[in-house]
Amino acid sequence: MAAARVLRTWSHCAGRLICVRYFQTCRNVHVLKPKCVCFLGFPSFKYSHPYRLLKTTAALQGQVVQFKLSDIGEGIREVTIKEWYVKEGDTVSQFDSICEVQSDKASVTITSRYDGVIKKLYYNLDDIAYVGKPLVDIETEALKDSEEDVVETPAMSHDEHTHQEIKGQKTLATPAVRRLAMENNIKLSEVVGSGKDGRILKEDILNFLEKQTGAILPPSPKVEIISPPPKPKDRPIPMPISKPPVFTGKDRTEPITGFQKAMVKTMSAALKIPHFGYCDEIDLTELVKLREELKPIALARGIKLSFMPFFLKAASLGLLQFPILNASVDENCQKITYKASHNIGIAMDTELGLIVPNVKNVQICSIFEIAIELNRLQKLGSSRQLSTTDLTGGTFTLSNIGSIGGTYAKPVILPPEVAIGALGSIKALPRFNQKGDIYKAQIMNVSWSADHRVIDGATMSRFSNLWKSYLENPALMLIDLK
Amino acid sequence: IMIPFSMKNCFQFLCNHKVPAAGFKTTPKGGLILQSVSNDVYQNLAVEDWIHDYISLEGKPVLFFWRNSPSVVIGRHQNPWQECNLNLMREEGIKLARRKSGGGTVYHDLGNINMTFFTTKNKYDRMENLQLIVRALNAVQPQLDVQATKRFDLLLDGQFKISGTASKIGRTNTYHHCTLLCSTDRTALSSLLKSPYQGIESRATASIPSTVKNLLEKDPTLTCEVLMSAIAAEYAAHHHIKNHVHLINPADETVFPGVNSKVQELRSWEWIYGRTPKFSVNTTFNVLHEQTHLEIKVFLDIKDGRIEICNIKAPDHWLPLELCDQLNSSLIGSKFCPIETAMLTNILLRTYPGDYKLHSKWNILCEKMRGIM
Repeated sequence: MAAARVLRTWSHCAGRLICVRYFQTCRNVHVLKPKCVCFLGFPSFKYSHPYRLLKTTAALQGQVVQFKLSDIGEGIREVTIKEWYVKEGDTVSQFDSICEVQSDKASVTITSRYDGVIKKLYYNLDDIAYVGKPLVDIETEALKDSEEDVVETPAMSHDEHTHQEIKGQKTLATPAVRRLAMENNIKLSEVVGSGKDGRILKEDILNFLEKQTGAILPPSPKVEIISPPPKPKDRPIPMPISKPPVFTGKDRTEPITGFQKAMVKTMSAALKIPHFGYCDEIDLTELVKLREELKPIALARGIKLSFMPFFLKAASLGLLQFPILNASVDENCQKITYKASHNIGIAMDTELGLIVPNVKNVQICSIFEIAIELNRLQKLGSSRQLSTTDLTGGTFTLSNIGSIGGTYAKPVILPPEVAIGALGSIKALPRFNQKGDIYKAQIMNVSWSADHRVIDGATMSRFSNLWKSYLENPALMLIDLK
Repeated sequence: IMIPFSMKNCFQFLCNHKVPAAGFKTTPKGGLILQSVSNDVYQNLAVEDWIHDYISLEGKPVLFFWRNSPSVVIGRHQNPWQECNLNLMREEGIKLARRKSGGGTVYHDLGNINMTFFTTKNKYDRMENLQLIVRALNAVQPQLDVQATKRFDLLLDGQFKISGTASKIGRTNTYHHCTLLCSTDRTALSSLLKSPYQGIESRATASIPSTVKNLLEKDPTLTCEVLMSAIAAEYAAHHHIKNHVHLINPADETVFPGVNSKVQELRSWEWIYGRTPKFSVNTTFNVLHEQTHLEIKVFLDIKDGRIEICNIKAPDHWLPLELCDQLNSSLIGSKFCPIETAMLTNILLRTYPGDYKLHSKWNILCEKMRGIM
């Protein structure tokens, strides 16, 4: 029939035309999906609706094809649309997922049969879709009339393929299919094409591979055809080609919401406080020895003993002498409240961000009780279960940034508190003892920040010295223990 | 018979047993029986998905056995807040997973056997698989009254559900998986699968609760091991393959390249909670204030697991309107998640160094908000 004849001649041309167009797209620096498409080899043509054949021959421009919901099996006639993976205007390739539908406990992924652009979605979410009725409209690309010259395409450096093109041999396949074959070292001549006129389709390549390896393509995160980056042409004299490195990353802007937005607010408020910093070095050699002795005893009682309980208790003892550091000022700094409880906060780093639960009433807790409480908070923190009570009411904060790394820090005070301390990591360093001999010391640096409106340098310094003395000589804590 | 087996050998195995051109009944066909060594629900779901994506099943169907440590698994298009008690799960350390197949919510523990029947699209037949299970059960215990229903459940004695079904249909491959209650903790099951959350309006697939029973309660000889080997034997006989159960490790990236990225996806908040279809929450809290009860109205619209619209109305004399508005605008865009809300509200409170009373009211409100997440 006339229609069929026209179709056949067109397909011969199309084979070559497609190659040229592919070359054009590959010239671009950015990796593009080949826009041209061979819709002559679609499985749908096996159904051979006569009207459709006429349609394609008549229009030489982009063809809008109705993609109907195909039979799902088990006699299912209708399904519910649960999720759309594409929207109008998106470009899809054959085998891309279009939507997810559900029918009677079965979740079905509907994939595209064509390459093209989505023009219309026939259903909304939660609508009932019918098998055999149109699901989406896809506009498939037009094949333009261009020169018959076949130019060697840069990306295809395999002789096998170019050889076929130049000779005008009738191994018909779209550039996408050719690339797939090339990536898997398959000779197109060995593959039996199941499309129109022996055209080789993607499915033919996949079947061929299956037979070879007993599996569909070597697993890759996306079983789609990704164009390889353009390779430089082969030259007779190899010269180093200096190509400027091409970075195809894009900036990404997103609004600051939720937790981050709240942080912005708090930090802006915090930095209105005039901070001053004070740093010092603590020799923890004695404490390290003490902890080693006490660790197994604590473990026997079911608790992991870190250094933090010691730091907290020493801080509390210090705060008893310098209660102004455990105070709170109002927004306009007109009133200062000396807090009775030492609710010392521990800054924790979670996947969501900074979280500061606090240990309540450290002033009446033993080191072991503090350790129990810290264990509990850590466990709740990692399982995302900290309650509001745990997170509020803090009066003083210690940040153990040293557990991650670092030596010095400039911590930001968390309002309504007036002071904060950041603890660096514990490092083994050489130091001189009283006799003048060198010994291996366990050194940790502490960086304090305080609200200069109500705290002066001397107060901070004296507090720090007291805290330091408790930690450098743990026996001193015994005398002031309450 | 259990043989630790690498997947590469499996490929060999599958290749060697192709269906010949002229198939005779007695000719051995292809097929494979696998069992997971892992009890991690995410790893098992990931390897199930991996097999679905990458293994060619033409003429070589696969049966996969897996059991999980205590977890709740919701269907692809379900709403976890509607289906289970998330607060209780967090307290007990019970995992929540969203699978890729449809259907309803189930509770898994080591007393429950999961079976996945992988076939090509044209061999997809859920009833055939269920009949196979019934035959296997009757082979062990001929007196057992087990029947498959039209909804693809298995009923014991005509009234107790012992198995539920779900499936996934892809481009070329499909899988049908089902549970089998052997010796599951029924008290945990009923308490965890009851949602305490009020006022949820959503078009997500709702589960249909059923009375369940364990097979072990009916007959103490029906342990998980006994049942798995019976079903494996029946499968092998039906598909004319060797009755060898191959053990697989779903975390082994060399055998299943790409499986760990699937595990990460299945563990992510975006998949588990963020894939919930759009829903709204319309509820009220009662707070005690000076011997009277006050009502706080809450309306939330949640899309992709994040709060899109937030309208908390508390009486002005209890909490200043300004503070309420603050809370409303801050919650927009944040995850519908208790920990994120706690952190957010805690941080906000720092910008209001006010009186103790205000803080405690704020805390009460925040605790109530977290309670509905």
